[in-house]
Amino acid sequence: MKPAFRHLHAAHCESGVTASLFANAGFSISEPMAFGIGSGLFFVHAPFVTVMGFPLTSYRTYPGTIFRKVCRRLGVSYRMKAYRSRGRAMAELDALLTGGTPVGLQANIHWLPYFPPEFRSQFNGHNLIATGVEDGAYDISDPVLETAVKCPADALARARFSKGPLAPRGVVYYPVSFPKEPDFSRAVRAGIRDTCRQNLHLPLPWTGVRGIRHLARKVRAYPEKIKDPRRARLTLAFVIRMQEEVGTGGAGFRFMYAAFLQEAGRMLSHDPLLRASEMMTSTGDLWREFGAAAARLIKERDDGRVTYNSLGDMLEGIAGREEQVLRFLLAAA
Amino acid sequence: MRDVEVPQDESFYAGHSRACYAVDRQGRYVLVKSRGWQVETIATAEAVEDQMLRVESVRSDVLAGRLSPLAFHMTVRQLTPRLLAGNVGMFRWRVRRHMRPAVFVRLPERILLRYAECLDVTLDQIRRIPDQRASP
Repeated sequence: MKPAFRHLHAAHCESGVTASLFANAGFSISEPMAFGIGSGLFFVHAPFVTVMGFPLTSYRTYPGTIFRKVCRRLGVSYRMKAYRSRGRAMAELDALLTGGTPVGLQANIHWLPYFPPEFRSQFNGHNLIATGVEDGAYDISDPVLETAVKCPADALARARFSKGPLAPRGVVYYPVSFPKEPDFSRAVRAGIRDTCRQNLHLPLPWTGVRGIRHLARKVRAYPEKIKDPRRARLTLAFVIRMQEEVGTGGAGFRFMYAAFLQEAGRMLSHDPLLRASEMMTSTGDLWREFGAAAARLIKERDDGRVTYNSLGDMLEGIAGREEQVLRFLLAAA
Repeated sequence: MRDVEVPQDESFYAGHSRACYAVDRQGRYVLVKSRGWQVETIATAEAVEDQMLRVESVRSDVLAGRLSPLAFHMTVRQLTPRLLAGNVGMFRWRVRRHMRPAVFVRLPERILLRYAECLDVTLDQIRRIPDQRASP
């Protein structure tokens, strides 16, 4: 009999799933390493796409890309499959699990009963691991939770086949084989260069450093553009939720990325990465200050100390700082 | 952020913890458990309150005969007509039409079953709305 699946408590769903699936297959890799090699760090604020009724705001890349990029860059072969038929997807999942293969799944968080109700919003991009099935219930190792849980089959089926933006289409994914001598140095560099490119050089006004400046301008305009002050507060609260809520690693993933840079710097004995890690940590601290100021505005309404304008200033500062770190990193990697 | 500064505030985690990355005294990154941060809790609470207000507003519309119970069950699930239409496999205009009480009462059972299955309620529940205020 195979050893029981070891649950990993992680900060973010997809990098946690990746690290956990790898570690349980005997290929040890930390969550920040998976996040960094998979180029998870990003920023996008796109008002023309609405998620849960608010402008799309994300501090990470598109769901599904972290796992694929980590596999490609480390030379891990993997299987990833989406389905049309719900019955077929559940049958094949059962076959994989009874055959002893734990798999990563994408699911809608609203239909997962093991989350507290306050977090169950209609978000399709959550990732988790199924490790077994027994009597119509699945053994779930969800990396953002402290322990493994059970999930009824009908709830899981609903979560895997929810429609709308980022629809999971019943996707399953798992690593198949690992390289004997993985080239971490190359993978780390590829991951860093990709992250810098995405955040500095994408010619779009909504992404990366430009995206943060775009958000700054938007936030400044909230008092005029959004007539209902409650609605303005809600729009701001949505940005903060995307930055701080469970599964985001806190500070919009910046601390996790700093942890990656530190680990990579130690592993490759490359001091500039350690320096970049410290710089990234201070960016994370700035994001947290922004979050705290925004929360004060949301809660105290108008105590006058925090205004939408001052939040815009903070975001400009963060954008400048982040640009500095990424340029340093691009030169260092 | 230092590991000793990782907030342990009141939250919606229901007694659970989340994992955060923070630096220890030697400047090394470590994984630290957090019971919550008030900043996150404030933002989440704002969204929870908004959802509650939405549900209560639709409830009064249903009671006043302006909307069908389907609108209520859709709102409870935080869905919009567009998302519900995608999930149930109908056109959006058709789902919108079913929000009208007069159309809804004449719907055949097989259509109601599709909505009930999609929204995870029973056939009996979807025809009505619950009496008490829903919990968030």
